[in-house]
Amino acid sequence: MSADEAKAKLDEQVREIIQWHFSEETGCPFWLDWKKEAGWDPREEVKGYDDIIKFPHFQDEWLRDEKNERFVPNAYKYRPFNVFETGGTTGLPKQRVGWDDYKHDYEQFSDTLSDEFFPKGGNWIMVGPTGPRRLRLAVEHLANFRGGSCYHVDLDPRWVKRLIGRKELDQVERYQAHVMAQAVEIIKHRDISCIFTTPKLLASIGERISIPDHGIKGCFCGGTSMTPEYVRFLQEEVLENRAQFVPTYGNTLMGLAVSIPEELPEKNYSVTYYAPQPRAVLRIVDPEKTEVTKEYGEYGRVELTTLTKEFFMPRFLERDEAIRREPHAKYPWDGVGDVRPFGAMTKTVIEGVY
Amino acid sequence: MSAPHIPILRQGRVHKSLDVQTVNRLGSEEPAAEISFACSDMIKYDLLKMGEARAKLKAMKSADLVEITKKAGEIFLNDDLPIGVDGAMQSPEDYVLSLASTSGLPHSLIRMNMKRLGGIFGQIEDIFRGLTRGLDWEVIDKGYGEQGGAPVSYSATTNELAVILPSNSPAVNALWIPSIAMKVPVLLKPGREEPWTPWRVIQAFIKAGCPPEAFSLYPTQHDGSGAIIRRAGRVMLFGDDSTVKQYEHDPRVEVHGTGYSKFLIGEDEIENWRDYIDTLVESVSANSGRSCICTSTIVVPKYGDEIARAVAEKVAEIKPLAQDDPEAKLSGFANPKFAEWINAAVEEGIKAGGATDVTAEFREGERFQERDGMNYLQPTIVRVNSFDQELAIREFLFPFASVVECPQAEMIDRIGPSLVVTAVTKDVDWINRLFDCPHIDRLNIGNVPTNRIQWNQPHEGNLFEFLYTRRSFQIAAIA
Repeated sequence: MSADEAKAKLDEQVREIIQWHFSEETGCPFWLDWKKEAGWDPREEVKGYDDIIKFPHFQDEWLRDEKNERFVPNAYKYRPFNVFETGGTTGLPKQRVGWDDYKHDYEQFSDTLSDEFFPKGGNWIMVGPTGPRRLRLAVEHLANFRGGSCYHVDLDPRWVKRLIGRKELDQVERYQAHVMAQAVEIIKHRDISCIFTTPKLLASIGERISIPDHGIKGCFCGGTSMTPEYVRFLQEEVLENRAQFVPTYGNTLMGLAVSIPEELPEKNYSVTYYAPQPRAVLRIVDPEKTEVTKEYGEYGRVELTTLTKEFFMPRFLERDEAIRREPHAKYPWDGVGDVRPFGAMTKTVIEGVY
Repeated sequence: MSAPHIPILRQGRVHKSLDVQTVNRLGSEEPAAEISFACSDMIKYDLLKMGEARAKLKAMKSADLVEITKKAGEIFLNDDLPIGVDGAMQSPEDYVLSLASTSGLPHSLIRMNMKRLGGIFGQIEDIFRGLTRGLDWEVIDKGYGEQGGAPVSYSATTNELAVILPSNSPAVNALWIPSIAMKVPVLLKPGREEPWTPWRVIQAFIKAGCPPEAFSLYPTQHDGSGAIIRRAGRVMLFGDDSTVKQYEHDPRVEVHGTGYSKFLIGEDEIENWRDYIDTLVESVSANSGRSCICTSTIVVPKYGDEIARAVAEKVAEIKPLAQDDPEAKLSGFANPKFAEWINAAVEEGIKAGGATDVTAEFREGERFQERDGMNYLQPTIVRVNSFDQELAIREFLFPFASVVECPQAEMIDRIGPSLVVTAVTKDVDWINRLFDCPHIDRLNIGNVPTNRIQWNQPHEGNLFEFLYTRRSFQIAAIA
């Protein structure tokens, strides 16, 4: 696919999704009411991705303050929905409704995985936040989609964040050890070839056992930012260069932005992620003037637009910043590189804790 | 010389990180060094393997390690040594210039500290004898033996001595140097502005024949330091009172905190107070007043005003000078904000009432000074009206002391925890009470500056007892 073809496909997706969410028959109460209040009809004015700028930034508080039913498209009115939660530590968490998006996203992601390192039919283990998270169903679906089953070990990141906030770092280590003990037992005694976990947990498992010696060939990782040095450490030392490290960037609201793991060494382990276009788009914006896209090679705030029939979310400002990177032959659209918490250079952010 | 790249050392193995930070020369944008930063999980992994490093040292004879240590001292002082990863060499003079460029220390103070460090290497036998009360090195080699006719056996408590080093005082490296001869590898986390001294000491040891595996150096962020503190078998760190409190019940961690060192003059000697002014000036201002062994409170039964004025007049002669001025004794602040914060704290204490800055009359200009792009605080002697005044027992990173009057009979009860106390007196009863006082770490009787210490006695803990534990043992005759 050429860059022009990718752009045309994205514009087509934008038109289709706008049509869907702002039509009485298929749209959801939230956006239909928004249209009335805004006084303009996006179906008439938004003809492609460049027009998305006409929307204000989506506020994630809406996902907490609005009832979930208001995000149910009329077309899905009679289908019960899944509720997926985002992070959060106190109060009512932010929630997103969904049906099949996670399956589409992870099937699409599956196509990017190497069969050598993520063998078809191989079993998986997921070590990380399960509970109300989309990830829990998504990873199991990924395993099933590739012909395997999935084991789970849960970790509650909200508790970990609280412990860190209270500076109870010994407790963090104890809790991590408790999670690790469960994960290591399963890895030791079951046939597992693929793992999903977070970078910190991966390193922690590697402290206890040789991961490749126990049959794991591929590690799909996500959840937090990673410096190039840390990515190299995970690939070369934790996975001993015998299993493949596949970093991803994503969340409940987006799906998965993928990297190109085989190119990591030549890129000095600087990870660039490509959004699952046309279902979601990542743009690096000037934090002070968010309508302006940063130049290639510059850091800016990450802005996400999600464009599926289940969920329309224009111009959501992520709590991350990243470098705008050039399109890649495999993914002919902008990438986002060296993601780190927004404002990481100026303030302390509790992140990357599990 | 271009800015060298200081890598991570993982049991002596050079690791060039992808996470590189630049330390600039103070007051300029010119890089002084590029530093490889280690991620915390890497340190955790390496800690698991420190037994291998310990095995390397354990396999050597103590006598050889003692010779290596002595030789390393000479090399540290005199030789050109590798710096960074590109094959560049650093002469002793280059070392002085590099350290001055990032720490703000005057060259003269660096040379003084260098000499002091060199002395530690050379005194290794004396230090070991002092800390072990005369133990034969062979007991360390064999694991057991005799001392004073009694059977003794010692085993190491740890595979590594981890040290979280500060940026403000190269001499603190003295604390870990004896560890090598005691066969315990070191894992060092250098201060951001001061990778120079630990690096040079390590290179000197390696050149002298020590196995490189004995040395790990991890420039790292806060989480890396946390991993070291939580995971290492024995940890030395430097911090304030809150840090001391945090680890007071953790036998793995030895915190070197504030010293609150004091200089006391007894009633029997107070009429001779003029004889002690030079000692007081040295005690307050040596090493730019940065050491925990510098006097921060002067306690006298009378003549408080006169003594304060006499000391103030002399310390006021210590001024910010060019770093390379041989007469420079005052250090600038690597972090310019520190000088502002400290100055504000002193001013606040004075405004609270009951305290007078006696130095103000003698010094040129304000306490806070800027010179050559660096911030300085000029020496300050504060006359306080009682121990309750908030500046009476304070310690700052510049030559600062309070002068307080107190009857001799009350002094011991009022001084509080003190790393060093010098008591000028011949009063035997009082001397006996001072020896009995549990909150004095080091006691000097007579006209001895608080900053002059002998390393063959414990300093904020006994290094040998920190690294080794005595076990009981019996060996039956083999039939």
